[in-house]
Amino acid sequence: MQNIEQIRKDFPMLQNRQMNGHPLVYLDNAATTFKPQSVIDAVVKYYTEETCNAHRGDYELSAMVSQAYEASREAVARLLNCESKEIVFTSGASGSLNLVAYGYGRKFLKKGDVILSTEAEHASNILPWFKVAEETGAVVEYVPLTHDGHLTIENFKKAMHDGVKVVTFASVTNVLGYIAPVKEITKIAHEYGAIVVVDGAQAVPHIAVDVRDLDIDFIAFSGHKMCGPTGVGVLYGKYDLLEITDPFMLGGGSNARFDICGNILLKKPPFKFEAGTPAIEAVLGLHAAVDYILNLGYDFIMQRERELHDYLVSKMKELDHVVLYNPEAETGIVTFNVKGVFSQDAASYLSTKGIAVRSGTHCAKILVNVLETSDTLRASLYFYNTKEECDALVEALKTTTVENCVGIFF
Amino acid sequence: MSDLLKNPAILREIIMDHYQYPRNHELTNQEGYRQVHMASESCIDDIYVEAKINQQTIEDIRFDGVACTLGTASTSIMSELLKGKTIADARRIMDEYYQMIDGKEYDEDLLQEAVAFQNVGKQANRIKCATIGWKGMEELLKESEDEHDQ
Repeated sequence: MQNIEQIRKDFPMLQNRQMNGHPLVYLDNAATTFKPQSVIDAVVKYYTEETCNAHRGDYELSAMVSQAYEASREAVARLLNCESKEIVFTSGASGSLNLVAYGYGRKFLKKGDVILSTEAEHASNILPWFKVAEETGAVVEYVPLTHDGHLTIENFKKAMHDGVKVVTFASVTNVLGYIAPVKEITKIAHEYGAIVVVDGAQAVPHIAVDVRDLDIDFIAFSGHKMCGPTGVGVLYGKYDLLEITDPFMLGGGSNARFDICGNILLKKPPFKFEAGTPAIEAVLGLHAAVDYILNLGYDFIMQRERELHDYLVSKMKELDHVVLYNPEAETGIVTFNVKGVFSQDAASYLSTKGIAVRSGTHCAKILVNVLETSDTLRASLYFYNTKEECDALVEALKTTTVENCVGIFF
Repeated sequence: MSDLLKNPAILREIIMDHYQYPRNHELTNQEGYRQVHMASESCIDDIYVEAKINQQTIEDIRFDGVACTLGTASTSIMSELLKGKTIADARRIMDEYYQMIDGKEYDEDLLQEAVAFQNVGKQANRIKCATIGWKGMEELLKESEDEHDQ
């Protein structure tokens, strides 16, 4: 068992930070996470000791940075259990998902082909497919969710058919925190000849994802939601699929040769996708984040989040004026409302108590039809949160009334 | 101005009252009314503002939709305050309201109950909530004036 107090010491943001005169209770980890000192050090070290471009220079320093850059790719490959050449660095999960939609979807989908998704998707994993559908004449269909928002294998089977060419969904949803049955879905999708694109933004930071075992074709995630820097994300793709996927951008570093007639010889994946100077410091910081996560271990992270989640849910169930939407979630996302209080009013009030939660639709705007509410509050936990922080939220919720929410303006 | 409007507890009650019992909170969809859809880009406030405007006066103002306490109450108060006013008077009141939200000098007497939003500017992320209906009305006025100018 890891020592939480020790772990918390690794994070500068967890050291005596205050918000509105109260100790900061940060429960918005699904939006972004705090960074341990090792990640910050890796970023700063690049700027203070290692600055130069990667993959460009013949001098010692550049070779060193290029090596460090590629070592980060290898670390991510270890995290996902794949080969490092199957790891593409992008700007984030949105960048990764757009790359698949435009580089693969737009190239191979034809009129009438079906993109099968769900109603719980984040904008990042549905808007690019809307656009691709519009351009190719493909159609977006949805697997119906259960009444409480689960993606089940039974419903998936019913929605799957020969016309489906792309199946895409979040393996952990950002509003409800449920874990999708990825392995079963990929198996069935492959029997129909469809590829499976997974939005892993809320999965990879929290649960072990073995892309070989799950047989995922593409998975996207961000660095900053897993203790890493902003500005870097990952697209994993099976190598044969990466080979036939077009780059989203062209430019320096992505080509091997070009001539005056416009002939371009692209590099092989993953390099053909990484045109332009990347966020080098973020890639190096991501390596430190991956090491940090692997050192803690997913068993620990999952167990810890589950424990905090169950604790928070049990305490919130004691509050008659709180409605919970996902008490059975397996990860650290708790979505709720305070009866009679608009979510943004409640979030503003909680902020005056030092508590950071998210309000609104959380970028999953179709899901409101399933939840039958226009907006919710979301507390999202990570391994470094504590039961005391959960208690602080519960205490503050006890006084979350319309009167007090309006009262913050006086 | 009434001393009551200087009492924070009363001001809070005003917002509460307009949130829980919003005035003019039904669209007519009738001919002669202009309508504007105001959907916040940064939060989920999403309302329709409707107004019947003739050449000189605002005859009626209505609204409906989903909004927070500030969004609902500020639009409700705006609808009461500007209804029946001449366009020139309405514009003056609007200017004073924005002055107040910006933390500048303003005329309390013109704003009446709307002074309840005097501190919203200190919470920058909520300014849009307290102005969404007012901005909607502003668009309707502009639209009406542009038409009459032609």
